[in-house]
Amino acid sequence: MNKIFEVPLYPYERSPDQDAAAPVRHPVVIIGAGPIGLGMGIDLAQQGVKVVIVDDNDKVSFGSRAICFAKRPLEILDRLGCGQPMVDKGVEWDVGKVFFDDREVYKFELLPEKGHQRPAFINLQQYYFEEYLVNRVREMEAEGAPIEIRGGNKVAAIGTHPDHATLEIDTPEGSYNIEADWLVACDGAGSPTRQMLGLDFVGRVFEDNFLIADVIMEADFPSERWFWFDPPFNRGQSALLHKQPDGVWRIDLQLGWDIDKDEEKKPENVIPRLKAMLGDDVEFELEWVSIYTFQCRRMEKFRHGRVLFAGDAAHQVSPFGARGANSGLQDTDNLGWKLKLVIDGKADETLLDSYDIERIHGADENILNSTRSTDFITPKSEMSRLLRDSVLDLAEHYEFARPLVNSGRLSVPCTYDGSPLNSADALDGPIKTRPGSPCPDVPLGDEFLLPKLGNKFILLTIDADAPDVIEEDGVEVTRLALSVKDDRTGALKERYLGHASSAVYLIRPDQHVAARRPSFDDNLFRAAIRRATGKE
Amino acid sequence: MTDLILTPNINRADDFYAELLAAHEGLSKDDSDALNARLVLVLANHIGDREVLSQALKAAEK
Repeated sequence: MNKIFEVPLYPYERSPDQDAAAPVRHPVVIIGAGPIGLGMGIDLAQQGVKVVIVDDNDKVSFGSRAICFAKRPLEILDRLGCGQPMVDKGVEWDVGKVFFDDREVYKFELLPEKGHQRPAFINLQQYYFEEYLVNRVREMEAEGAPIEIRGGNKVAAIGTHPDHATLEIDTPEGSYNIEADWLVACDGAGSPTRQMLGLDFVGRVFEDNFLIADVIMEADFPSERWFWFDPPFNRGQSALLHKQPDGVWRIDLQLGWDIDKDEEKKPENVIPRLKAMLGDDVEFELEWVSIYTFQCRRMEKFRHGRVLFAGDAAHQVSPFGARGANSGLQDTDNLGWKLKLVIDGKADETLLDSYDIERIHGADENILNSTRSTDFITPKSEMSRLLRDSVLDLAEHYEFARPLVNSGRLSVPCTYDGSPLNSADALDGPIKTRPGSPCPDVPLGDEFLLPKLGNKFILLTIDADAPDVIEEDGVEVTRLALSVKDDRTGALKERYLGHASSAVYLIRPDQHVAARRPSFDDNLFRAAIRRATGKE
Repeated sequence: MTDLILTPNINRADDFYAELLAAHEGLSKDDSDALNARLVLVLANHIGDREVLSQALKAAEK
């Protein structure tokens, strides 16, 4: 058993707030110290916003849980100052194999586009992910950043008001009250906050159970993603094998609907299933076993006045495609800079309504993709199974059928098409960098573009003139001047210029494109800045 | 944009129909259903045009 489960990372400590005569008011309180709450806290504290993170627990999550982290979240973690330890520890993979019955149907390579600093995916146990985020919080605390985690603090009641929220918090030493100008609920799929506020969470429940097992073994399976449809060792169902660090392997076995969960979870029932899959001669040790049923659903709105929901608290997807934690981190990426501008009085709080619009767009895209994967993996009618099996049969022989095989469409960031923060596209440029798009990385000699964008508004000029700094109504935009000559690989031209010979991009602090034109125009870019901050 | 062709378009239609029946000859119901499913997928890929495929689905639903 991995020791990290046992170590209290943020044990309960008495806060001066508990002895205050009147409830202390905080600018931002975050509920939940999971991956999303910690990410949110680090993002805000890095911008100088004072944050308190409360969690009823004091340890990392038990079991590996989310294990697959995509490029965009790694880029966000770089901005948060903790991408490197994740990448160093994580297992990189780019080959997937699909099996049907007892045969390998085909093999695919993710073929990640070249010229990005970060890999397409790494596998890393959620407990490491959380540990490294907590390490980053500690590092920031040591540097004097305004961030605090309060373990053993369970939110018992929430009161909502037009300009703040009140919290009643239970601790081992009794309860106390605090107030928050802004409350961010990152308390997971079962979100107590959502329940306390009596808010909806609607969607579709998939009637299926999956056994998830983390197994420690010395096996010479390569670090590839193996997915089985209807294998001999799990007839009529599916299976997944994926490598994590420390010789831990994630195994997912579909069990069907009509099962006894408690029975299935017992080692005497789990071990024979795993032996049937891995072979009798493979030695392994069970680290963690769980059975899950999943749902695809979301809240109707993620913003409720001064309370904002992020991650699984706001939206839940099936695990196929790794769209849970990955999209949750993108929620915080979207929310962090907006909240900072609102708290600083540089934008009206209606800017936060764009969080709703943009991240609901993202959630819907994730739900659509993961629902389709689920329908393929667990066909619900005779004909959908027949079509699914036909696709797999054809995929073995013909390339054309392979794109139809859906064992999970892996998480990619969404483009905020139609967002009210976007200005109309005015460049004859590549579609992948149209307004609303996340900026693709580009190599710049020994460096990369994304770290240079950082977490501020940037005016990216490519072979175009512009002022070094523009300030519009309190929002400062700094120029990053590049030339196609800065990148000999041609990626800068291919990703940002296309047919154009020059370009000026207005890039948001979350590294999404807000506006682009072939050249700088003071009036038009000032309008674009206003628009990107919810003022037009 | 191409429209779905709903006028006779198969040369020597009787021959094609006989070939279709022959492909199913001697197959169990399950194997025949599977053959049909594979055939739909092969033909759909050949057509490729999403608009034509949508029109074909509508035409077949009637």
